[in-house]
Amino acid sequence: MAAASQSANLAGSADAALIATLIQLADDHLILGHRVSEWCGHAPMLEEDLSLPNMALDLIGQARHLYAYAAEKEGSGRTEDDLAYLRPDRQYRNCLLVERPNTDFAHTMLRQLYFAAFMHPFWREAVNSTDDTLAAIAGKAIKEISYHIRHAGEWVVRLGDGTAESAARMQAAVESLHCYTDELFSCDDNRRACVQAGVVADGEALRADWDETINAVFAKANIVLPEVPFHQYGGRQGQHTEDFGFLLAELQYMQRAYPGAAW
Amino acid sequence: MSAENKGREVNSQNPESTDPESTDRESADRESTESLMPLWEVFIRPRSGLNHKHVGSLHAPDEVMAVQAARDVYTRREEGNSIWVVKATHIVASDPDRAAENFEPAADKIYRHPSFYDIPDEVGHM
Repeated sequence: MAAASQSANLAGSADAALIATLIQLADDHLILGHRVSEWCGHAPMLEEDLSLPNMALDLIGQARHLYAYAAEKEGSGRTEDDLAYLRPDRQYRNCLLVERPNTDFAHTMLRQLYFAAFMHPFWREAVNSTDDTLAAIAGKAIKEISYHIRHAGEWVVRLGDGTAESAARMQAAVESLHCYTDELFSCDDNRRACVQAGVVADGEALRADWDETINAVFAKANIVLPEVPFHQYGGRQGQHTEDFGFLLAELQYMQRAYPGAAW
Repeated sequence: MSAENKGREVNSQNPESTDPESTDRESADRESTESLMPLWEVFIRPRSGLNHKHVGSLHAPDEVMAVQAARDVYTRREEGNSIWVVKATHIVASDPDRAAENFEPAADKIYRHPSFYDIPDEVGHM
């Protein structure tokens, strides 16, 4: 890692900012993809047992493109696998929202909606990025994430406006997850440098889109937006929630137990 | 739900212990599942210009979710570019017991097949 950050410095600060931003994005997608994949074989119905892994694979595929590009920019010999599987928890820079446990179907679908409602305008802007590789990744990702909004959104409406139990679970999910949404819009120095270079959009500029998507779904789902006295942040600085260690233990187990394993 | 499922297994293995109330509850469960999550038949068009073809069925609460589920279950390997879903209860089928009277009379009408014409060469492939 010391070698890697050294080479990032050598590559110049513009590249360093891009690499850090790519890794934040990749971590968001890998960790959410892993969380969603935990449903495989456990979904409440067969149809969702295919739908959830489909979404997980979309996210992990996007993560792979981002890690591979970050590794290429880094040029230190690290691969996408090294970045995905061989970093300690403090080096993961995903936002806290994506690492929150699945809890129940309502939490899972709401978390998916929150994330997709942010990534959709993000990729829409990134299609015109000054960085050609990121623009190409965006072109593929935006189609996938559009479906995530639609699918998760429809479920949030049906659960929120469903039975007494499903409505209570959906409202509970909103109460527990809404405080993690503000970190989606966070912007550190690296991200700001990328915004100024026209590589990615400023998160704040996407907030109106996010609000519009969420408000439209919540209005149909009869969900009451909770007061959030304290928003939760930390993932972007590598400060994760307790659940994250358990997630990483499972995610990294194979590469830790059998280094370099391939099949 | 899972406790009731267990009860159901025990009952089915032990017919003497079946109590009528639990049978009523089971059929009520099935009815409410069927009304909340009815069965849909799925038709996929493999390519433009071809017909939609029946590929299977699934459970979904309504037509919007049925199309999404069909997309997730039946088009993961690029099987098609258009989806139709129809509520299974809206399909009217012929009676298998009447197969003989429905279909066998066609068996000896070979002249209904267009195989008694010489096709001129200039028509080409048909």
